[in-house]
Amino acid sequence: MTAIQISVFLENKSGRLAEVTHALAKGGINIRALSLAETIDYGVLRLIVDKPKEAKTALAEAGFTVTETEVIAVAMPDRPGGLAGIVDLVTRHGLNIEYLYAFVGQRGENAVVIFRVDNAEEAITALQEGGAHVLSAAELSAI
Amino acid sequence: MHETTPCWNREMEFMEEGHLRPLQSERLRDVVARVYERVPYYKEKLDAAGVSPEDIRGIEDIVRLPFTSKDDLRDTYPFGLFAVPMEQVVRVHASSGTTGRPTVVGYTRRDVQMWAEVMARTFAAGGTHIGDVVQNSYGYGLFTGGLGAHYGAELIGASVVPTSGGQTKRQVQILQDFGSTVLCCTPSYALVIGETGREMGVDFAGLPLRVGFFGAEPWSQSMRQEIEASLHVDALDIYGLSEMIGPGVSFECLEKGGLHINEDHFFPEVINPKTGDPVPDGELGELVFTSLTKEALPVLRYRSRDLTRIVTEPCGCGRSLRRMERVTGRTDEMLIVRGVNVFPSQVEEVLMRIEETTPNYLLVLDRKPRGMDEMEVQVEVSERTFSDEMSKLETLSERIGGEIEETLGLRVSVRLVEPRSLERSTGKAKRVMDRRDLGR
Repeated sequence: MTAIQISVFLENKSGRLAEVTHALAKGGINIRALSLAETIDYGVLRLIVDKPKEAKTALAEAGFTVTETEVIAVAMPDRPGGLAGIVDLVTRHGLNIEYLYAFVGQRGENAVVIFRVDNAEEAITALQEGGAHVLSAAELSAI
Repeated sequence: MHETTPCWNREMEFMEEGHLRPLQSERLRDVVARVYERVPYYKEKLDAAGVSPEDIRGIEDIVRLPFTSKDDLRDTYPFGLFAVPMEQVVRVHASSGTTGRPTVVGYTRRDVQMWAEVMARTFAAGGTHIGDVVQNSYGYGLFTGGLGAHYGAELIGASVVPTSGGQTKRQVQILQDFGSTVLCCTPSYALVIGETGREMGVDFAGLPLRVGFFGAEPWSQSMRQEIEASLHVDALDIYGLSEMIGPGVSFECLEKGGLHINEDHFFPEVINPKTGDPVPDGELGELVFTSLTKEALPVLRYRSRDLTRIVTEPCGCGRSLRRMERVTGRTDEMLIVRGVNVFPSQVEEVLMRIEETTPNYLLVLDRKPRGMDEMEVQVEVSERTFSDEMSKLETLSERIGGEIEETLGLRVSVRLVEPRSLERSTGKAKRVMDRRDLGR
C-alpha cells in the first residue's frame, strides 16, 4: 500500500530547479505535490507525480540523480485537527517520521499527507487500524 | 615452496634477501664507477656532491648519491648521459616531449636483452607461456611500450601479433580471428576495445582471451574491476619508465596485490619529495630508481615524480622481489595546505573506500581574508546509493570529512555534488582548483 515518490538530488545552483520542471513538462508529466529539503550546498526535491516511472526516466535522461522512494499517502479531512489525528496514529506506536508534507486535492474536500517512516508496514497497519484512508499508488495517481 | 607459481627466472625472482643485497651492492659500486669514469656530467655532479666512487661500499650508501631529474636528461639532450660510444648503442627511444625537449634513451645489445628478460618475467607472472597469442596494442615507435612488450613476449616463445595502437574494430577482429589469449595496451584503451567489441556484437566471455597487461598510465582498482568484467580477463598492472628501461621495471603477479620490482636491475627508494629524505617502508612518497645494470644510459637515483609506497608484507606468490603499490599520483600534484602536504591521490584513496560516492572529486583551495587556507572537497554522490533522506546525506558528508581528516591530518569541508558534474577522468582530469592568491 505504499505510494511512489520521486526524489531528486539538486546542487544549489541557479536554474537547477527550473531544469527539473522543464524536463517533467517535456515528458508530459503532471506534478501533484512537491517538497524541497535543503542545506547550504544541496537539496533534495521530493515529487508526487501522475506517472512516476516516466518521470524517473525523463529526469535521469536529463542528467539528474533520481531515485524512487516508497512513501505512505493518507487521505485526511481538510479541516482543523485533520493532520494532528493522522500524526497521532503513527507516533503513538513509537514510529519515527523522517519527513512529511501535505497537499489539498482538487475537490478541496480531502487533503493528502505524504509520509516517510522507518517502518512503512507497521505505520500502514497502525493507520488503517485507526480508521485512516491509506491511498494506493493508483488512487494517488488518480487524484 | 611456491614451485607452482608461474615465473620466468626463479633464481632471481625468489632470491633471498641475504643474497640479493650483496648483488645489489656489487652492481651499485660498478655503475657508480662506470658513470664517474665515462659520463662527464655525472663526474661533475658527484664531485659537486663531494662523493667519490670509493665512498660507495654497499647499497646502503646509495643515499649519499645525488639525484637525477628529468631536467638533467634535457640538459644533456640528446646523448650527453650515454656511457658508451654510439657504436655500441643498438636502439634509441625518446619521450614525446610535449613539455619541452624530448628525453632520449639508448640501449646496448645487452640492455635490450635485459629489457626482454624483465618483460618476460612480467608476462610469465600472469601465466603467459609458449602457445599463447599475445596481441600487443602498445604503440610501436619512439615510445618504449610497443617494442618493450614485443621482445619480452617473443623471448617467452609466445606468438606475438604486433597490432600497435588504433583501428579498434580491426583490433577486435584480430582478437576474435587469431584467438588472442593475451592483450597488452593502456587500461583506457582496454575499455575502448571492450566497448567497441560489444557494439560489434562480440561476446568476450566466449573468446580465448585470458589475461591483460595494462600500463603506461595511472589507473585504479575500480578500473581493474571494470576491465575484468568487460573483457573477461585477469587485468594486471605493469609499470615502467623510459629513463630506467621502459615497461618492465615492475609487474603484478596474479595475486594482484601491488607490483614486484625487478630490483636486481632497478633499485627502488621512496623519498619525501620536499626534503629528499627516505621515508620508512609503507609510507607514501616519491619513487626513485637507480639502474644497476644498464650500459648505454645508467641513471643514478632518478626521481620518477610518481607517488607510491613500498608494500612490506610478503606476497602470496612467494616472490622475494619487493612490491610497490600501484602508482596513484604525481609529486607535481602536491599541495601545501596550512603547512600539510596533500596529494590529491590520498583523497581519491579515501573516496574509493566509501561506497556511496564515485572516485570523482575536485579539491577547491581558498585563502580566507585573515590568511587561513581552506580546502573544500567536492564529491559526486553515487547514483546507486543516493538517499532522499537529508540525515543520511549529512552523515555521509561527515563521514567523508572525518576519513579525509584522519588520512591527511587536515580538516576539510565536504560538499556533495551531482554525479557527472565534475570533469571525467579520461587521462588527466582536473582535480584541483587553487583559488588562493599565492603571489603575495
